[in-house]
Amino acid sequence: MTLTPLPINQTSVQQPDALGRYGKFGGKYVPETLMPALSELETAFYQYRHDPEFQNELQGLLKDYVGRATPLYFAERLTTHFARPDGTGPQIYLKREDLNHTGAHKINNALGQVLLAKRMGKQRIIAETGAGQHGVATATVCARFGLECIIYMGVHDMERQALNVFRMRLMGAEVRPVEAGTGTLKDATSEAIRDWVTNVETTHYILGSVAGPHPYPMIVRDFQAIIGQETRQQAQEKWGGLPDILLACVGGGSNAMGLFHEFVNEPSVRLIGIEAGGEGVDSEKHAATLTRGRVGVLHGAMSYLLQDDDGQVVEPHSISAGLDYPGVGPEHSFLKDSGRAEYYSITDAEALEGLQLLSRLEGIIPALETAHAIAHLSKLCPQLDGSPRIVINCSGRGDKDMQNVAKYLDLK
Amino acid sequence: MKSVSDCMTALRDRAQCALIPFITAGDPDLDTTAKALQVLDRSGADLIELGVPYSDPLADGPVIQAAAARALQKGVRLEDVLDLVQTVSPTLQAPIILFTYYNPILNRGIENFLTRAYEAGARGLVVPDLPLEEMDSVLQPAAEIGIEVTLLVAPTSPKDRIQAIAQNAQGFIYLVSVTGVTGMRSQIGSRVQDLLMDLRSVTDKPIGVGFGISEPSQARQVMEWGADAVIVGSAFVKRLAEGEPHQALEAVETFCRSLKASLEDA
Repeated sequence: MTLTPLPINQTSVQQPDALGRYGKFGGKYVPETLMPALSELETAFYQYRHDPEFQNELQGLLKDYVGRATPLYFAERLTTHFARPDGTGPQIYLKREDLNHTGAHKINNALGQVLLAKRMGKQRIIAETGAGQHGVATATVCARFGLECIIYMGVHDMERQALNVFRMRLMGAEVRPVEAGTGTLKDATSEAIRDWVTNVETTHYILGSVAGPHPYPMIVRDFQAIIGQETRQQAQEKWGGLPDILLACVGGGSNAMGLFHEFVNEPSVRLIGIEAGGEGVDSEKHAATLTRGRVGVLHGAMSYLLQDDDGQVVEPHSISAGLDYPGVGPEHSFLKDSGRAEYYSITDAEALEGLQLLSRLEGIIPALETAHAIAHLSKLCPQLDGSPRIVINCSGRGDKDMQNVAKYLDLK
Repeated sequence: MKSVSDCMTALRDRAQCALIPFITAGDPDLDTTAKALQVLDRSGADLIELGVPYSDPLADGPVIQAAAARALQKGVRLEDVLDLVQTVSPTLQAPIILFTYYNPILNRGIENFLTRAYEAGARGLVVPDLPLEEMDSVLQPAAEIGIEVTLLVAPTSPKDRIQAIAQNAQGFIYLVSVTGVTGMRSQIGSRVQDLLMDLRSVTDKPIGVGFGISEPSQARQVMEWGADAVIVGSAFVKRLAEGEPHQALEAVETFCRSLKASLEDA
């Protein structure tokens, strides 16, 4: 290996270098055919991200179409649930991304990218989706702007997220089933990349997570960073300070990066990401990439990766389609190795508990992905002293999961 | 063992266009792969690309994807492929070029992989998900060890990139004939002719054209447009996967001879 070791605690580095690297992670491991398109996208992003007309259009749509800003909600009964006998304990807030139009944070990025695509003159949009939330967000913005929309989705995910498949089709998107592998997000992403290699001259690929080749991890993060920016302002208004702990689930890692980014250079703020532990990280059925993976290359980026000892990518497992991915965004790998962020895992069973807990105590049914972050409270809260303020990214609502969850829960 | 460059130079001196078949190692099984390499070698192949099966072959179309998946399903590992090369390469005239995605190389350790591949008898390397910008980690050690790394040029590559890629490519330059993944196409676009001219204007290195070529007439067309080598993959992989191994090997032989003939009778 010729890779250089990463300097510890290099936390001020928040922009990737010219090759799109966060430390050793990231890069552009793609077929040559895509390299010019990645350059074109990077150029367009740098050109428009500070362009007043672009920002006006984006901010206007985020407000009037998506419904931002999303509330920072004090979860009173959840807080009481985790309080110590003397009534003190962590103060738990939810950043309500589930209240966005389409029901998850994914629309923030899809909207930003579709505005870029329009300016680049691309009339055809493709995307991958796991839980279907990114697919729905992409189908939504394509309907809004009258663009052709093709969504790649694993056959297994189409079955467990049938509601979202119907939503995408209703909005005019073509959903293409992917049968390769286990028919989940990894396979859908590979197929979307193959489509892009083939149709790159007419097509923009709206990648949905902070994964993939540079500049995607940076672009997706920057379009999601509004989550953390609003959180900072709302925290200031509510208690005149910063949050103490940020908590978010991590599949590819876009909702977590969106919340974390604003606070990476605030050393007092703990950053905690929760991966899908599936049936347990010591079993073979999990998707805990940062917990159990080794450094590798998948879908264009160097990052932690679930792979076997021959360098073949392992099929992951999670009850949640959105976390069922063997890779993870390169910046998360960087934050893990530098020690800036902590990553833990939550099993399928624990996530189901978390989903029920938030439903019963707050009347908020979270997505199965989000439920992983909620479930971690049971482990985190007993470890905490005083009354730290925890902000959880409530990244999506759970309607899409109800049919699937009903198979596991026997409610009478 | 001849180097890729020496082989290409010798062919150029005789004004011949090289035929480079591609097959996926381990499909339908390693034994058939070994026999196929020998069949190709005696049926007109000048060099042979051997694909290392990978779980996520982003640059490959359905035929090669399926072949790789079958090979992995049977438990074929990188070491098996290298053992196979070690056993078979001494019996071949044609140099072997390994075609592998980056992660298996990275996982094994770059220098370890290159050294083992060289010792086994491989002389060339194609890594379809390593563009020029990410190639530094492989190019230098490969040059020291004696493996020539072929770089790819795509129809979308702008002229300044083409120049930089041509400068760094070893053995030959791999011109991807379509914007797309590997697989058989009914027509090879005349854009390839323009791309060949663009490439020729910046380099004297041999140029191989691949992705989509599946018929002798297409191979001949590409040769007449000025290619130094024609690479045919999915059409071979498909034939190898059909029917009993001995029938498949016969089909491969017939097809290889017909391709070679199309590149010879001028």
